[in-house]
Amino acid sequence: MRVNRKSLLAAGAVAVVATLGLAGCAGSDSGSDAESTTSGKLTVWVDSERVDALQGAADAYTEKTGVKVDLVGKDVADIKDDFIQQVPTGKGPDIVMGAHDWLGELSTNGVVAPLELGDSAGDYLPVAIDASTYEGTVYMLPYAVENIAMLRNADLIPEPASSFDDMLAKGKAAGLDHPFVVEQGAEGNPYHLYPFQTAFGAPVFGSGAEGYNPDDLQLGNTGGEQFATWLGSQGKNGTGAFNTDIDGDIAKEAFTSGKAAFWLTGPWNVGAAVDAGINVAIDPIPSPTSEAAQPFAGVKGFFVSAESKNKVAANDFLVNYIGTEDVQLELFKAGNVLPALTAAAETASSDPIVAGFATVGADAVPMPAIPAMGQVWQYWGIAEAAIINGADPVATWQKLASDVQAAIDAG
Amino acid sequence: MSTATDDVREDAPPKAPKPTKQQRRAASIADQASGGIKMLLIKIVALGIVDALALFAVFVLISHEQWLVTGVVVAVTALVNWIYFSRRKLPAKYLTPGVIFLVVFQVFVLGYTAYIAFTNYGTGHNGTKEQAVSSLMASSLERVPDSPTYGVTVVERGDELGLLVTDPDGEALVGTNEEPLHEASGAQFDGDVAVSADGWTSLKFADVLARTDEVTALAVPYSDDPNDGAIRTPDGSKGYLYTSTLEYDAEAGTMTDLSTGTVYSDTGVGAFTAEDGTKLLPGWQITVGFDNFVRAITDTRLSGPLVYVTLWTFAFALLSVATTFFLGLFLAIVFNDMRMRGRKYYRTLMILPYAIPSFLSALVWAGMMNQSFGFINQVLLGGADIPWLTDPWLAKVSILLVNLWLGFPYMFLVCMGALQSIPEDIQEAATVDGAKPWAVFRLIKLPLLLVTVAPLLIASFAFNFNNFNTIYMLTDGGPRDANAPIPVGFTDILITMVYKVAFTGQTRDYGLASAYSIIIFIVVAVISIIAFRRTKSLEELN
Repeated sequence: MRVNRKSLLAAGAVAVVATLGLAGCAGSDSGSDAESTTSGKLTVWVDSERVDALQGAADAYTEKTGVKVDLVGKDVADIKDDFIQQVPTGKGPDIVMGAHDWLGELSTNGVVAPLELGDSAGDYLPVAIDASTYEGTVYMLPYAVENIAMLRNADLIPEPASSFDDMLAKGKAAGLDHPFVVEQGAEGNPYHLYPFQTAFGAPVFGSGAEGYNPDDLQLGNTGGEQFATWLGSQGKNGTGAFNTDIDGDIAKEAFTSGKAAFWLTGPWNVGAAVDAGINVAIDPIPSPTSEAAQPFAGVKGFFVSAESKNKVAANDFLVNYIGTEDVQLELFKAGNVLPALTAAAETASSDPIVAGFATVGADAVPMPAIPAMGQVWQYWGIAEAAIINGADPVATWQKLASDVQAAIDAG
Repeated sequence: MSTATDDVREDAPPKAPKPTKQQRRAASIADQASGGIKMLLIKIVALGIVDALALFAVFVLISHEQWLVTGVVVAVTALVNWIYFSRRKLPAKYLTPGVIFLVVFQVFVLGYTAYIAFTNYGTGHNGTKEQAVSSLMASSLERVPDSPTYGVTVVERGDELGLLVTDPDGEALVGTNEEPLHEASGAQFDGDVAVSADGWTSLKFADVLARTDEVTALAVPYSDDPNDGAIRTPDGSKGYLYTSTLEYDAEAGTMTDLSTGTVYSDTGVGAFTAEDGTKLLPGWQITVGFDNFVRAITDTRLSGPLVYVTLWTFAFALLSVATTFFLGLFLAIVFNDMRMRGRKYYRTLMILPYAIPSFLSALVWAGMMNQSFGFINQVLLGGADIPWLTDPWLAKVSILLVNLWLGFPYMFLVCMGALQSIPEDIQEAATVDGAKPWAVFRLIKLPLLLVTVAPLLIASFAFNFNNFNTIYMLTDGGPRDANAPIPVGFTDILITMVYKVAFTGQTRDYGLASAYSIIIFIVVAVISIIAFRRTKSLEELN
């Protein structure tokens, strides 16, 4: 009798859960498309950390136009894939926050709508507008420009280094085993090595008026070979300045504990260094050649969904509200990344650290957003890691170039 | 329920004759007598909750016009009610929840994966043809270089929308989709921008928003010559002059590039394709038959790595099962020995790895095995320089070691339970007959143990065959095979290789990934079936 009662209870409970599961599945199938069908409401997917910064602009916009703006905080790692998958089904948001190097993928999938900035295009930093443009069309309203720069422990080394060798010499003179750290890891990290590569005159792709040209792979040119040779000389069998055992955390630890005086990293790590009590100065990246070391610029911004039912409101909200100095400064406070609007960038540059990154960023080149870039990343770091660890630089570099070309041709 | 029905169930041999009418009546009387009002209440409340949830789901589904799913939910709910209110559906009462879970989480997922494997779903083939056309048309619009910004007001005449455009000279012009811009009569200005004209009603911003689709479709020809372009307004207050570089011919189903004259047509590959094979992207989703499977097996860039990745996958899965099983068994035997003191504490310690999420511990291990900074080299081995994760062979050993650490507690638990269920007297009898301990273990204990454990070993093999977490978190497949034309490493197993092939970079290929998943599924299923057949022979020992 007791067993029977229990079994019924258990069966009932399981049935409830099962139906809940069913209802849950069914619900999630179609849970979020109500937003985009009703007019007068904009759904905006935002990086969770920036919801608060945008709330003011959203409220102001609602007050002026009566259009409700619904900010949905999303995990950065999922935003892009969710967006690409949901837009074709008619679901998904009207506006999504993202990075410019998504553009190739978003546009190839046909999920973003072109955006007309009109005359206001001139109000943004040129690199931000370049990055927002894909095949001659602007798709993104930029709000922040991000690039790496050299962080220096000003208590250990009071003067900026004039060149890469000078930097190592200064560090040695100060008695440091590892004067300079940069994030690498077993698979390499080409993003952080790119400034040195550009100093040798070896961009990944050639570029024209419409942006980067995927048919013009420049990676394997003579500059690239010189860079590879230099990289080998700074690796395991050389000065040891680069080490694939150093990942992001180890680099951070070395700099914040004062074991390293120079750290090549982005604004996202400045907070950790300042919190650790380091007297941080931001320098241009010391070049190994006479040319400037140009890092990649990553631009963040907002895209309008191709399937949005509220394109007019979405355009109006982005161009006329997010594109204002106040909102760009609010977003700046949330992320401490240089605003894309020139006026806001100037205001933000009163902070010496932001100004330091902005100075380096003036030389930065937009990270290529073309889909062919995906074929580069997957071989690039591995080749660089191999060179750092003692592989023959020129041969490895040539293999890299031919692998990338083959992958682009196949893909 | 009743003891009577239970008795019927328990006593009845598999092919028992149907209960007679009298027996059934007796059973139902007993059922009513023993069920009690409390049971009935609980049953009604539980089913009430189920029905309420189903009703809620139905309303939500209807509001989204998901008719098929609605039908399924209604049918399943009705079935559940019928089964639990019926008096004589005891087996169904136990089976239904499991079957529902099976369908939702296994059959549906498998079916959907199979469906995707036959499509070209992936980057550039993401939606329908209509979406591809509209997206291509939208991106083919180019603003006329150096053209000014026009102030615009959206106006209406009858049901027709038009644009009231103020050109840079301050002149007011009006036009519609059919009617090119011409001078507007009686224009009223607010500042520099014309806001109303005779014969037209001006739309308020809220009206513009409500008719967004019509407003975004508005393209007012600048003049009679279509090459001059058309004025469009993205935000309802400013207009720009655009020309289009593509022309869509809906009847012929072709896209024409107006600048080069190239004609792109639908050749059945899911994208507008020119004669020389260039595709316009985005394309759309189509079913491609067995193309993905053919590609999965014949792609020349993949076939080389595929061979050794497959070999390593088998080696990894087999060795993982073998090492964890024997270590677990050894420890179980040791801790099962009465002479061992403090067994309880040791057992707790043994289970510890089991309590930490495997992907977390894999990451921790990756840190500890770092060549120059890792705990193992620096502290345990006094500054040794062992490339745990960067040497092809050592990386394989490291993976097996970490997987051993992650997996032995499970085998330890399983073996301990199985060992305790083997009767002591068997061992005693063998000892009396003069058998040595090793012979007792090898000839008596191990076979008996395997009867219970073998199915779990097969399941464990299937799990390790697809053990994505450990590989991804520990080495990410590395060290990379620099000679392979695809980004594959020496410790990649099939599932991580598939992940890299289908999802690295900016190109996703869900179709190809699904085809691979299905191939892997078939491999695992075949091996499991063969293995289960063979373990049946073990059961004859009992």
